[in-house]
Amino acid sequence: MDFTIILQAGIASGTVLLFATLGELFAERSGVMNLGVEGMMLIGAMSAFSTAIATGNPWLGVLVAMFFAGLISQIHAFIVITLQADQVVSGLSLTFVGTGISLVLGEGLSKAGTVSLLPNFSIPLLAQIPILGKIFFTDQSILVYVGYLFVPLAWYYINRTRPGLHLRAVGEYPSAADALGINVFRMRYFYVFVGGMLAGLAGATISLAVSPGWFSELTTGGQGWIAIGLVIFAQWDPIRAAIGAYAFGALRRLILDIQGPLLLLGFDNPFYYNPYLGFFLQMLPYLFTVFVLVIGSREAMRKRIGAPAALGNPYVRGERGK
Amino acid sequence: MTDPISSTANSSSQVPLIVEMRGIVKRFPGVLANDHVNFELQRGEIHGLLGENGAGKSTLMNVLAGLYHQEAGTILVNGEPKVFSSPRDAIKSGIGMVHQHFMLVPSQTVTENILLGLDEPRFLLRLPEYDLKIAELGERFGLKVDPCAKIWQLSVGEQQRVEILKMLYRGVDVLIMDEPTAVLAPQEIEGLFITLRAMIAQGKSVIFISHKLQEVSAIADRVSVLRRGIVTASGVSSKGVSRQELARLMVGRDVIFALDKKPGKPAGVVLNAIDVHAESDKGLPALRGISLNVRAGEIVGVAGVAGNGQSELSQVIAGMRKCIKGQVLLNGDMVSNRTTLFGIQHGMAYIPEDRTHVGSAPNLSVTDNVIMKNYRKPPISKNGLLDMKAATKLANELKSAYDIIVPNVSTPVRLLSGGNLQRVILAREISGLPTFMVAVQPTRGLDVGAIEGVHRLLLAQREAGAAVLLISEELEELLSLCDRIYVIYEGKIMGEVMVNSEKQDEALIDTIGQMMTGTPLDQIQEEEIAANG
Repeated sequence: MDFTIILQAGIASGTVLLFATLGELFAERSGVMNLGVEGMMLIGAMSAFSTAIATGNPWLGVLVAMFFAGLISQIHAFIVITLQADQVVSGLSLTFVGTGISLVLGEGLSKAGTVSLLPNFSIPLLAQIPILGKIFFTDQSILVYVGYLFVPLAWYYINRTRPGLHLRAVGEYPSAADALGINVFRMRYFYVFVGGMLAGLAGATISLAVSPGWFSELTTGGQGWIAIGLVIFAQWDPIRAAIGAYAFGALRRLILDIQGPLLLLGFDNPFYYNPYLGFFLQMLPYLFTVFVLVIGSREAMRKRIGAPAALGNPYVRGERGK
Repeated sequence: MTDPISSTANSSSQVPLIVEMRGIVKRFPGVLANDHVNFELQRGEIHGLLGENGAGKSTLMNVLAGLYHQEAGTILVNGEPKVFSSPRDAIKSGIGMVHQHFMLVPSQTVTENILLGLDEPRFLLRLPEYDLKIAELGERFGLKVDPCAKIWQLSVGEQQRVEILKMLYRGVDVLIMDEPTAVLAPQEIEGLFITLRAMIAQGKSVIFISHKLQEVSAIADRVSVLRRGIVTASGVSSKGVSRQELARLMVGRDVIFALDKKPGKPAGVVLNAIDVHAESDKGLPALRGISLNVRAGEIVGVAGVAGNGQSELSQVIAGMRKCIKGQVLLNGDMVSNRTTLFGIQHGMAYIPEDRTHVGSAPNLSVTDNVIMKNYRKPPISKNGLLDMKAATKLANELKSAYDIIVPNVSTPVRLLSGGNLQRVILAREISGLPTFMVAVQPTRGLDVGAIEGVHRLLLAQREAGAAVLLISEELEELLSLCDRIYVIYEGKIMGEVMVNSEKQDEALIDTIGQMMTGTPLDQIQEEEIAANG
């Protein structure tokens, strides 16, 4: 077993989690939790794949995926921002809606044949770095490289720009932002849309790059939920989100690959001989997600780990200063 | 209603008016908050706006600041009529307001908070550059605050300075301060006054909203008074009017400033807190070794600026917050980390800070609320069932004994005014014949009449031999009611002073003020000895 190959594949698979996590991070920074990530990713994966098949252009597939996932996120935005309904309930419903739509529209796609995929390439010079070059810069999809650029840009946007300042204010103290003339409602709609687009991009990354094809709900296989857990684990910070996403991507690959060889470190590989152990391993990332979500939903703990103070609360104008 | 006292002819004709409000009417469901109010602000003055809670001062100023829209009346700024549909419009016309509840994002820096919502900088924040600008602006007006500090790291006084800076940075000429001293220690109030005077010197104008007479007399050039939405004095010189007269204009009757407090005869210790440690909701240390005691027949005060552990202290005593180290003894029994029921059964009464959510169940009736503590015992409990007839009888008795003004006792308490609700809570707590009572901010937000009533009830408890711990941010209240005062700062007791009910001397207030800002009593005394020797 070559660990650099596993890590190389892990980075690719982590890119899926990265996009989805960053998308949810933007939405949550504005104060809106969207549990519909899984549904939006499926919409993205399905629409990207079917567009690529129909037109032969994977790039068009990516754009369509982002657009449709963004569009469907606006259902959630309308329900929780304008109608001020419960974010958890609405987000869960969005997952069901997204899953349902993509399964219906994706019917038959799995036998639709092959598509031209997004290009893979190596970065000259950087690929020469021992070990790291092989893991990060050799024969990766273009979307993986986009992901690398995305992380510092997201951090910089949130922490060092005026729109980022407004985003933070809206998620922390919407009435203060409102008092200074920032349109809280518009900002929240926008960042829910951004979250949807990035979830769509994550879906497209699966179906057009990392594990090409359409395998109905197994295409995403619950990665949307892991992304939601990662946002909490990352304490709403893009850099930590990236570390978490890549680590989990690598873990996913490792769990798959560890079941292959007969020998492991010179011993009989227990994961090969006992498939139940393999299932147990496959469960671990989801167990982690459950654990993090439990922690993240405790009010006291949320304050401690630095959740946006207004996360989950609808903003109602004029509640203060009566 | 008598005609409002008006300013003498010489003032308004010569000094230019920067703001003029004419015939402002603002209604809220069931209340006429402003009834054809006129208000004039001269350039370069500090104008005190006096009135009781609910008199309509904040409403009037929220109209001026663009937060509310008036139903009738006009606003003129520099003689031009203006219509404000948002605070942003008002700021554009040079009018900014510092609210009682600060509108600051705790996780952001001072500079970030000030830049929030502005068009400049366009995209990149370039914080260091703006840090410098804001430091300079602060220097100019004597508002010292570190631009790089995060808001949550700042004291309340510093946060207030940030709010003022926010408005100055936006170039306002008129600054409205809503009850600015409510959250400050005496020394900080002095600092605020210096800042306000510096602003006047540089051509700004200030509207100072308050219900505290002596502050308005101390800082304002002219005073206007509102009572129940009506102007009772308009722009009178603060030099030419006595405190008694202002009080009468505010309240509508003569106010007795002194309470009838008999000399105390304290007996044995009832409540004893020993080295109490507790955490805040955020998991940070809120109490770091509080030790204090309260004896039977005395009122002991806890003074301090808001947020120094007062709430946590009361919750630990009431059994509602975990005590991580130390203990609280009530008549020798440990009550900390026990159930609240244990405390209640051992004679504890609790007047919580949040009277609408902790102190009462808003949607339940007066009857339900008054039996919440004694429903386990006869006559309310009969064969394991509630005897609602007995409960109603009790509620009606308490209603007349405590002057609870309510059509009938089945009214939900959310419909009660603050003063009436507090009387319901006090009635419930006192009727349990407590040996110890902890009261947190029992008069916050009440009008003068209701405050008097609460004070009387607390003094009656003292006469009856109960031990009372009064946690308050109103120093005056503590000085007039307490036998002893502890001062709390960042979860520690800075010292304990005895109160002489005969006189409220300046030295005592100064000592308490120093302790409220973090100087321990022994250090103050050492310095005094050093200064005298």
